[in-house]
Amino acid sequence: MTTIAALLAPHVSPGDTAWMLVATALVLMMTPALGLFYGGLVRAKNALNTFMMSIAALGVVTLTWALIGYSLAFSHGIGFIGGFGNALLRGVTFTPRHGTDIPQLLFWAFEAAFCIVTAALVSGAVVERMRFGPFLIFMTLWSILVYPVLAHWVWGGGWLASHGTLDFAGGVPVEMGSGFSAFAAAIAVGPRRDYGRQALLPHNTVYALLGAGLLWFGWFGFNGGSGYTVGHPGVLAFTNTLLAPAATLVVWFALDAWRGRRATAIGAATAIIVGCVGITPAAGYVSPGWSILLGALAALPSYAVILWRPRTRLDETLDVLPAHGLAGLTGILFIGFFAQHSWNGVSNGLIYGHPGLLGWQALAALAGPAYAFTVTFVILRVMRVFMALRVDHRSEAIGMDVVQHGEEAYNTGEGAILLRAPAEGEFVANPR
Amino acid sequence: MKLVIGIVRPEKANDVLEALYRAEVRGVSMSRVQGHGGELDRVETYRGTTVKMELSEKVRFEIAVSDPFVQPTIDALCDGARTGEVGDGKIFVVPLERAVRIRTGEADEAAVTPVDGSAG
Repeated sequence: MTTIAALLAPHVSPGDTAWMLVATALVLMMTPALGLFYGGLVRAKNALNTFMMSIAALGVVTLTWALIGYSLAFSHGIGFIGGFGNALLRGVTFTPRHGTDIPQLLFWAFEAAFCIVTAALVSGAVVERMRFGPFLIFMTLWSILVYPVLAHWVWGGGWLASHGTLDFAGGVPVEMGSGFSAFAAAIAVGPRRDYGRQALLPHNTVYALLGAGLLWFGWFGFNGGSGYTVGHPGVLAFTNTLLAPAATLVVWFALDAWRGRRATAIGAATAIIVGCVGITPAAGYVSPGWSILLGALAALPSYAVILWRPRTRLDETLDVLPAHGLAGLTGILFIGFFAQHSWNGVSNGLIYGHPGLLGWQALAALAGPAYAFTVTFVILRVMRVFMALRVDHRSEAIGMDVVQHGEEAYNTGEGAILLRAPAEGEFVANPR
Repeated sequence: MKLVIGIVRPEKANDVLEALYRAEVRGVSMSRVQGHGGELDRVETYRGTTVKMELSEKVRFEIAVSDPFVQPTIDALCDGARTGEVGDGKIFVVPLERAVRIRTGEADEAAVTPVDGSAG
């Protein structure tokens, strides 16, 4: 024990560091898990493109996070946004991150995984129509202009954190950030051509269930690691991440049964996400008992909006707004009522005699969505001046996989003729 | 009595079904087929392997109709399936020697007339 401790920088805890290495890897797995979840929910001809939007975040956002994102979120700043102190990984070394006993380098990687999966989440609003290149540009800008600002507010010493707003694992930057950005992106990009005219059904429900299951698994690192320690916050958050989604799942079954007499698999996959999202901001702040109530409550607004949204012209395709935005909002507000000092060591909520917390939680629930929606909308509207955001109608009909990537998810190989010379462009005229 | 065979783009299959429904043509079977009708070839690349996809996914409708319904069926197929690009598909009309409804044993015209009697 002492020998390991001696190898590390002063004040770095070997136990915390070991857990956070594992937690970081768990969170990184959530991005391909999300790709699988989203890929199963779209039509077969768009499965690869949808998956690729998540995979792309692992490349693009990791680099923007190293370049500037981390610095804007976590270096010393002006309350609204961080500064350039840690740009290009400057100062991100083995010395412990302020407020934790883990190396800042590991803290950087853990937080990078958060920004990656959040950027990937937004893709759910624009799948099956947005061109891949413009999506990468959008993701680059979003991961610099939106996520770091929201993360700074609640974690980087920003104005919400300094007034006592509690957000354990990302109700503001991750869940409301992605949900309300998705809302704006769906409006800015517009509905799919066949939306509201044809039934656009998930092509592989098994992928959706497996993806949701792997997301839940990863979420134990996501929430369990957000205390940056193997101590009480980590243990509480870990356990609450089991309890809350379990309650959501059971309530969702009940809602499904009440509405259609049958529990649905897509509903179960959605419920797992909603429960994990709901407990995310509250995981280290509420008791295990209250986390069950939070999981149950979180199901209600999300379920209602998921039923209502397809009757509108809002093609927020994979329901990121209800599953993440609203469930995250529920969790952020829930803390204001049920936070319990005897469990979290930080603050009480309204029912434990500290009503002031609820006010700052409510302000976070207004400011976070407003910022995410506005900036995302502006980014896409400005991009639209310079480039087409979506493919033409014909390409949309053919499918994004063939048009954007020159590949198919389910290729039989029949009719494939080997070409010796490299091809030029996506389509060539038939020589015959 | 004719068998109308329509080979169309899969993404237009729903539009064709809608058009057939509006033309009151009932009794349709469809299958997924692969074919090539002179459209542009797709080029796909998997690691180092670049291939030209000669066959495209198509949907094949088979509709047995009485003579007065032949033209409405053809019109519906054209309306539903046309995009104006190469590869929209083909319609073949072939004479039909016999038709039998398995449930009742009804033959020919009666067999291709829907139960509600409204159309072929």
